[in-house]
Formats: sequence, structure tokens, C-alpha cells
Amino acid sequence: MRLTGAEIIWESLMHEGCDLVFGYPGGAILPTYDALSKYPQVHHVLTRHEQGATHMADGYARATGRVGVVMATSGPGATNLVTGIATAIMDSSPIVAITGQVPSSAIGTDAFQETDVTGITLPITKHNYLVADVRDLAATLREAFHVARTGRPGPVLVDVPKDIQIATTEFEYPTEPIRLRGYRPLGAASPEQVAAAAKLLRTARRPLILAGHGVLMSGAVRELREFAESAQIPIALTLLGKGAISEHHPLCLGMMGMHGEAYTNNAIQEADLLLAFGMRFDDRVTGNLATYAKKSRKIHVDIDPSEINKNVKVDVGIAGDLRAVLQQLLPVARREADPAWMARIQEWKKETTARDVIHEQAGDKLLAAHVIRDLWRFTGGDAITVTDVGQHQMWEAQYYPHERPHTLITSGGLGTMGFGLPAAIGAKMGRPGEEVWAIVGDGGFQMTMAELATCVQERVELKVAIINNGYLGMVRQWQEFFYEERYNASPMVNPDFCKIADAYGIPAVRVTRREEVEDAVARARAHEGGPIVLEFVVEKHDVVYPMVPSGATLNAMIRRPAATPEMV
Amino acid sequence: MEIPTGSGHPVRTSKHVLTALVENRPGVLSRVANLFRRRNFNIDSLTVGRTHRDDLSRMTLVMDGSQEEVERLEKNLYKLINVIHVEHMTDRPSLYRDLALIKVAVSGETRREVHQLAEIFRARIVDVSPESMIIELTGEESKIENFTDLLRPFGIVEMVRTGVVAMGRGEHTLEHDSYQPRAGVLGSRKSVL
Repeated sequence: MRLTGAEIIWESLMHEGCDLVFGYPGGAILPTYDALSKYPQVHHVLTRHEQGATHMADGYARATGRVGVVMATSGPGATNLVTGIATAIMDSSPIVAITGQVPSSAIGTDAFQETDVTGITLPITKHNYLVADVRDLAATLREAFHVARTGRPGPVLVDVPKDIQIATTEFEYPTEPIRLRGYRPLGAASPEQVAAAAKLLRTARRPLILAGHGVLMSGAVRELREFAESAQIPIALTLLGKGAISEHHPLCLGMMGMHGEAYTNNAIQEADLLLAFGMRFDDRVTGNLATYAKKSRKIHVDIDPSEINKNVKVDVGIAGDLRAVLQQLLPVARREADPAWMARIQEWKKETTARDVIHEQAGDKLLAAHVIRDLWRFTGGDAITVTDVGQHQMWEAQYYPHERPHTLITSGGLGTMGFGLPAAIGAKMGRPGEEVWAIVGDGGFQMTMAELATCVQERVELKVAIINNGYLGMVRQWQEFFYEERYNASPMVNPDFCKIADAYGIPAVRVTRREEVEDAVARARAHEGGPIVLEFVVEKHDVVYPMVPSGATLNAMIRRPAATPEMV
Repeated sequence: MEIPTGSGHPVRTSKHVLTALVENRPGVLSRVANLFRRRNFNIDSLTVGRTHRDDLSRMTLVMDGSQEEVERLEKNLYKLINVIHVEHMTDRPSLYRDLALIKVAVSGETRREVHQLAEIFRARIVDVSPESMIIELTGEESKIENFTDLLRPFGIVEMVRTGVVAMGRGEHTLEHDSYQPRAGVLGSRKSVL
């Protein structure tokens, strides 16, 4: 079958199981868009900005576990992908980006809308390709999907010059196994590694599991629970690890790190054995490395060998697929819990609960933490939530416990403001049967709010909760704590978000009192046929507690002031 | 060399030579070079050349750093899809060679002296003109450095070096197809993602 390069792109996408592409056309990718009408099996979502398209592909990938696909033209189209690609690589999200490029003969001449996108994205892609011959196109796309979804997943970019989209060749999708000499995703651990881990496990009195995104990515949720239950070891979660185990499980201690609960961070500092599963000891979870978890030996399992001994020196490092490794470790996991260790954690937990903002009477104030808690209650704790970045993100992590994997989607590593709305669109389109909420701040929302139009055009039944405090809240919080309350460039004069929604034809509800939250959430849940916006006007000068100041010791936290008389 | 660290304990650094077998494709050199900048590695020298196989190139990297840094470099090299195999040459008996071309100023009186020095070092005189000579010297880095120190008083006009290339002695070869990840308890398992 003789096909053009453009047709080969769509054929290859279909062979890879892709039926949804987020993108934005332009000159150098037009031949491919022209061929789209021959492939009704693939649905193309026109976004309002290429950054939005990349975040949608990312959100889709995180919600479904499949590869998200984004398409853009050369030059500015391609450079607008950069933030989204960098977001995806930091959180190991599998996406394939296909960009048009100026014709091969014009490459290097500074032609109109030419940019060296493979050069620009070299440090932020897992791998990238510039296709030089139409005969290589199908194999290259196939390889791109393979690299994106296997091993430690990540973004892969394929740059296709315009003449290659037009050129024709005999098409047959390759079927032989992909063999990349320099790329062999890892599997199980060696018997020596299992034995070494078992030895540390046998003698541990105060063990603690640190569960990260890798648990979800490797599909090891069941294995993690079985391991933890069999060995009676409590589990602390990273932000992206939320959903690795139900947060209502008695062994789950919730989120660790900069805004983790004090009892979780205390447990890390006091443990005598840390089992780090699919996490990478980011500075936001370790605080000061020189004082981090000094009393513990460490076992680290990660699919990426370069993560082992990168930030924290470990006693047993196992580079491998977490699911396979946990299956190997399960037979050696049986041990009795040390009641003293569990009791200590419970004691810390009690002390933390006493300070919890949840028990605070807000009076006529609407506190963001209360909004998130109510969202959790009135959605039955079962929605997929997609957050933006900042205070609301941390409150989500603290007050919306997740029970199922892949139900929290958030930009952890890169901390990309503007991620929330488009990623939520991608998530909802990937899992239309689920209730999906975008929880965003007023700052981040305004970075990508043009995607409301995409939402309307695609009739995406997304619920958007804007937590509006009229500030770049986390910036304001740092200025309050560390810059003597000089609030430079953090107050925001905002538009009327309900009118904005109205202009897009989206119903909107403004909530200013806690009593109104329940009705607003109920109305949003009942809404069908498209998106709905809820604006929560919350207390401006609120702070996320507790907080480990950047670079401080993990359990040297700024705590919520102790119980006040108004507290219940 | 000792460099101070935050904890107050000096970390011992030394010269390490790594050899990498890579796919002979456009852009591979820039991927490797970018890695040094991206991950903040200090590289003394990097050479790239073809091998006896069309599809493979071989790189030699010289780095001054601690054992941990070298392991980190090795693991990061493996993250590049085009890098097939990496070996730490300083771990085993290996040959190191660097080639230098040195243009040295000479006059009637000094010409003979320079010639004698070249003979002692088994260097070759490859170009002679009334005021200068070009000397070609191959050897380990230290040999080249000793030789240039001796030539310096005569006046080195120009000099170029290729950078170090390395090869394991005896039966040892860099594997290219049959490579299997090596397992180690301490997380030193050498493989790709």
C-alpha cells in the first residue's frame, strides 16, 4: 500500500492504539492535518494553545496509563510544547509529540517558522527524532511509542519535515519485535539483591515504606498493599504517590515532605529502615539531605538506575521494575509489627489531629482547606481530581484523601502553573465515565483559562473549582514567612470569573460562605452536556501548614499554632 | 586532589577514563555533550571516532571526580537511547594514548638539541622549516606533558592534542551485542532504563 508520510502518521497512531490527538495546526504540519479526514477513527481535539495540548496529552496519559499524543506545527507551535514536555519528563508521563518541520531542504536556513525543536527539547525528552526519510517514518513512530511507554516512561518527540509528510512510500506497519541495542528496560531483581533486602527487613524494628509514583506507573498497587500488610509496615506517600494505597488504610500515613503531616515526617526521621519504592528523594520530600533520616538503613527500588544513590546514599539499591521486585520481596516480607513503633506514630498523629484546620471554626471566613474537605465529602471521595500548582494543590493533597490509583493528577516535579485545567480536560476525555474535577488557583487558572473554549467545543463534562484568594497564594506564603511580609508581585486583580465562564457559555456559581459549598457541588455534579465553573472566594491570608522551610531538616516544621479556644 | 564538601569531609577525586560504545547516528555527540552540561559534570576530554563497524562509534571520556560522580555519569550515559555500552577503563588494565602535534621554535643552535629530545621520547619530526619544527608524539598523557615541559624553554609556537583514547589490554573487548545488565547489591547495576 503506497501512502504519503501524512497518512503514515495517522496509520501509525492507529496501530499504536491512539484514537485521540490533542493539537493545533499550522503551515509545516498542514499536509498531516489534510489527511486527517481520511481517518475518522482518530478524534482530534483543537486546543487554544499548544501548551494546553501538551498538558491534555499528559493528563490523558496519567488518567489512562496510555500514551498521550500531541501534535503541533514547526517554530512557535513546537516551542509552545516545551513547558508541557518538561512537565511530562519530570513526572515520568508517557507522551508522544509530533511536530511539523520546515522542508528538509530549508532546515538550517532560518526559514519561516523554523526552529531546532529536537535541539531545544533534547534535555527534556526521553528521546527525540528528526525524521530524514519517509521510509523510516513508521518505524520511528513505533519506536517513539515504545520508548515513551516502557521503562521509566517519558515524553518522546518526533519532528517531521513537511516534504516527508508529502513524500510517498510503500507502507506496512512493522511487526517484528523492537530491538534497540542501547535500550533495555529492566525487570526483576537479582537473588543477591532480594537476599540483601530481606536481611535488612529481618532486623528492622521501625521500618517505613516511602511509596512514590513508581508504584502507580509499574502497576504495583496490589503488590504494595500485600507487602505492607504482610510485613506490617506503615506507608508514607509522595505527592505523586497518592493513590498507591488507600489513604484510609490503617497503615497509610498520608503525604510526606514539605507540606506533609508532622507525624509522617517524624516517622521518616525516626525510622530505622526506609523502603523507598518508586520514588526519587526529591528535595521537597527530604528537606536538608545532611540531616535526612540519619537513623535508618535504606532500601531503594527504582526503574531508573541513575536515581539510586543520586540524592540519598542507600544500603541496598535495586534498579528494576517495582512490581516484579515486590513480587520477589513478598515471600520474605512476613514479620510481626513492633507495637512500640506503631504506638509512637499514633501518638504523633493524635498531636497533629489536635491542630488540624478541619476542626477550626472559620466564622464568616471561607477557608480553602474547608472547601477541599467539603469537595471530598460531597463527591464521596471518589472523583478524579486534577490540580494546578500552589497552595490549593497542597490543600488538595492534605484534605482530599484518595483511595484508588490514578485519581490525583498534579504537576509534582516541575510544578507547572497552568497545568490544571488542560490536564483535567485530557483526563476527562481519557476516562469519560469518571467524575473529574479541575481544582485550580486564580493564578494558575488564568495562565491557561483559554482552554475553557476547548472544553465547550468538545462538550467535556468537567467540573472546574477555582480557589480564588486574589493572591499568588504560595508566593504570598513564602513572602510572609521568609521575606518579612513584603508582598511584591503576589496580589492579583482578577476578572469576574463567573462572567468569564458566562462568555464561554459555561454556567458558573460563586461561593463565598461555607454553607453554600454543598449546594454548589451538588449542582456541578448534576450538570450535564459540558463544563461548569465554581468560584470559591476564600480567605486571602491563609497559610498551608505544616511547612518545612526550604533546606531545613525534615521534622523542623512550621506548625499551625496550637489549639485556640474557638477550636472544637 | 581533595575538594571540600558541605559536610566538612574532603571527597577524594581522581582521573577516570570511561569508554562508551554508541550508535553511529547524527546527533549522538550532542546528546552526550548536552548531558555533561545538564547534569553538571566536569569533563577533561572527550574523543569520538569510528570503529571497525560502520554502525558503531566509540567515545573516550576523561573526567576528574569522585567515584560516586563517575558512577553517576555512567548511569546517566546509559539513559541515552543511543549509548550501547559504557565501561570504566580505570577499573582494569588498559592502554591510554594521546597524540600531540607540537610546533616548536628552533634556531641553528637549538635544532640539534630539540632533535635529540625528540629521539629520546621516540617522537617523530614531521615538518621542518627554517624557524620551527613540528613534532608528533604519541603516548600516555604524562609522557606528553613531560615532553612539552622540556620543549617549553625553546618556545612552543603552537600545539594540538587529540585527547585520550583507551582500550582494555588482553582478551577484554567492549561488548556491543551480547551485553547483559550486571547485578550488584549496592545499586551499581549497570543498565539502561
